[in-house]
Amino acid sequence: MDIIAHYGSIMLILACLFGFFMAWGVGANDVANAMGTSVGSKALTLKQAIIIAILFEFAGAYLAGGAVTQTIRKGIIDADLLSQSPEFLVFGMMASLLAAGTWLLIATHFGWPVSTTHSIVGAIVGFAAVGISVDAVHWGKVGTIVMSWVVSPITAGIISYALYRSVQALVLDTDKPFENAKRYVPLYIFLVGFVVAMVTLTKGLKHIGLHLSWGESATISVALGALSMAIGIVMQRRIKIDANADKDYHFSSVEKVFGVLMLFTACAMAFAHGSNDVANAVGPLAAVVGIVNSAGEVAQKSVMPSWILLLGGGGIVAGLVMYGHKVIATVGNNITELTPSRGFAATLAAATTVVVASGTGLPISTTHTLVGAVLGVGLARGMAALNLKVVSTIFISWLITLPAGAILSIIFFYIFKAVFI
Amino acid sequence: MVNSPIMQMFARSPFQPIQEHIIKAQACAVELKAFLKAVCDDDWEKAEKVQKKISGLEQDADNMKHDIRQNLPSSIFLPVPRADLLELLRMQDKIANIAKNISDLILSRHMTLPEPMRESVCNFLDLALDTSQQAVKAMGELDELVTVGFRGREVQLVERLIKELDRLEHETDQQERQVRAQLFSLESELNPVDVMFLYRILEWIGDLSNRAQQVGSRLQILLAR
Repeated sequence: MDIIAHYGSIMLILACLFGFFMAWGVGANDVANAMGTSVGSKALTLKQAIIIAILFEFAGAYLAGGAVTQTIRKGIIDADLLSQSPEFLVFGMMASLLAAGTWLLIATHFGWPVSTTHSIVGAIVGFAAVGISVDAVHWGKVGTIVMSWVVSPITAGIISYALYRSVQALVLDTDKPFENAKRYVPLYIFLVGFVVAMVTLTKGLKHIGLHLSWGESATISVALGALSMAIGIVMQRRIKIDANADKDYHFSSVEKVFGVLMLFTACAMAFAHGSNDVANAVGPLAAVVGIVNSAGEVAQKSVMPSWILLLGGGGIVAGLVMYGHKVIATVGNNITELTPSRGFAATLAAATTVVVASGTGLPISTTHTLVGAVLGVGLARGMAALNLKVVSTIFISWLITLPAGAILSIIFFYIFKAVFI
Repeated sequence: MVNSPIMQMFARSPFQPIQEHIIKAQACAVELKAFLKAVCDDDWEKAEKVQKKISGLEQDADNMKHDIRQNLPSSIFLPVPRADLLELLRMQDKIANIAKNISDLILSRHMTLPEPMRESVCNFLDLALDTSQQAVKAMGELDELVTVGFRGREVQLVERLIKELDRLEHETDQQERQVRAQLFSLESELNPVDVMFLYRILEWIGDLSNRAQQVGSRLQILLAR
C-alpha cells in the first residue's frame, strides 16, 4: 500500500506515457490497414482518408471502446488474488504496455506483420502467469479471446462473401448495372449506418451516461441509417455514365457509384478500429489509474474515467498525423486491384465483425479480420490474385508474438519490481 | 518500413497483363500484311524492315509471357485454375511465334508468290487475322469476367464471342483448302522446292487462326467451371 501512496503520481505519469505511446503506435501503423482498402480502391483521396480516420477512430474509441478496455483491464487477470499487493498489478500493466510497445517497434523494424492486440494480450497473460501465479489468469476468458482470433476472420470472410455475391446478383450481373447500382447502393449505405449505430447503442455508451432500451436503440439506428442513406443519395446524384471509360472496362461508371458507398464503409471501418484497438493502449492504463486513484484498492466496480478513452483517441490521432499518413499512402498505392465494389464488401464485413467484437468486449485483430474479409471476396471469385502466403505469415506471427510479448513483459515486470521496491 | 499483411496479400493481377499480351501478339501478326505486300512488290529492303519489326514484337510478347509466369507462383489464389490460365497464355504466344516463323522463312528464302495466287493468299491472311482479332476481342472481356466472378450474363456474352471465333476459324479453314487447290493447279509450272515451302507457308497462315481458336477454347474452359 505504501508504495502506491508514495509513488502513485509517478506511476500514473509513466502509465499515461506508455499508454499514449501504445496508442501512438496504433495510429502510426495499424490505422493504415484499416484505411488502406479505401485508399487503394481510389474511392478516397489520402487527405479524405486521414480526416475520416481522425474523426471516426476517435469517435469509435470514445463511444464504443469501453467494453474491450474493460476486458483488457480486468477480464484477463483475476484481480482478487492481488488485493493484498495491488502494486504488482500496477507494475504488471505498465510492463505489459512497455512490452507490447517494444515488441511492436522491433517487429516494425524487421517488417514482421504483428498485431497490437496479440502483443498486449500475450504481455498481460505473461506477467500474470509468471510474475504472480498461474491461477491469476482467467484461462477461460483467455481461451475465448484466442478463439475469437480464429472466428473473427472467418466470420468476416463469410459476410464479405455474401455481400459480394449480393453485389454480383443485384448489380453487376444485370442488364442495367449502372441503374441498379444507383438503386441498391443507398440500401447498402443504410445497412452500414444501421449496423454500426445499432451495435454501438446497444452495447456501449453507458459510460457517457446514455441508457437506452432496445427499442430506442433500434429507432435511433434506423434514423441514423436513413440519414446516411439520404446523404449518399445526394452524393451519387452527381455521378453520370461515362461511356468512354466504360468502353475499356464496362463497370467503370458502376464503380464510381460504389465509390460513394466506400466513403461510408471507410467511416465504419475507422470507427470499428478505434472501438477495438484503442483498448490495447488504454486498458492497462485504466487498470493503473483505477488502482492509484482508489489509493491501492483493486477496485472491480469503479467506473473508468472517460479521459482515459480520450487520451487513447488522442494518441491514435497523434500517431496518424505524425506518421500514419505515410503508411496509409504506401498501403493504398499497393492495393490497386481493389475496386470500390470489392473494397466495400471486404471493408463492411470486417467493420461489422470488429464492431460486434468490440460490443462483446473481445479484443481482436482488425487487420486479420480484414484479411479474412478480402479472402471472402476472393472465394466469391471476385478477386484477381491473392497471395495466400499471408495466411501462414499470420499464423507464424501469432506463434511468435504471444510468447515474445509475454517474455518481454515478464522482464519489465521484474525490473519495475526491483526499481520501486 | 511497412509491414501490412493487407498490402502483402494483394498479388499482381495476371489478367490485365494477359490481355496486353494478346494485343501485342496480334500487333505482331498484323504486320504480316505489310510484309506480304512488300514481298509481292518485290521490295526486299522493305520486307526486311517489316520482318525486323515482327521479330521485335515477338520478342516483346515473349518477355511479357515470361514476366506473367514469373509473377504467378503457385501460392497465388486465382478465381480460375492457374494451369488453365498459363495454357491460355501459351496459346496466345503461339500467334506471335507463327507470325515470326512465316516472315523468317519467306525472307530467308526470298520466296515469291506466284502471280495468280497473290490476291487469294492476301485474302486468306486477312481472314486468319480477323480470326485472331476476334480472339483479342473475347479476351478483352476477361477483366469483366473477374469482376462478376465468371458467372451469368457476362459469360453468355463471351460465349457468343467465342462462337463467332469458331465460325471465323471454320471459314479460314475453307479458304485454306481453296488456296491449296489453287497452288496444286499451278504446281507443275513451279520449282518443286518452292512449292513445298509454299504449302508450308499456307499451313502456317492457317495455324494463326487455329491458335486463335484454341485461345478461345481455353477461355471457354475458364468459363465452364
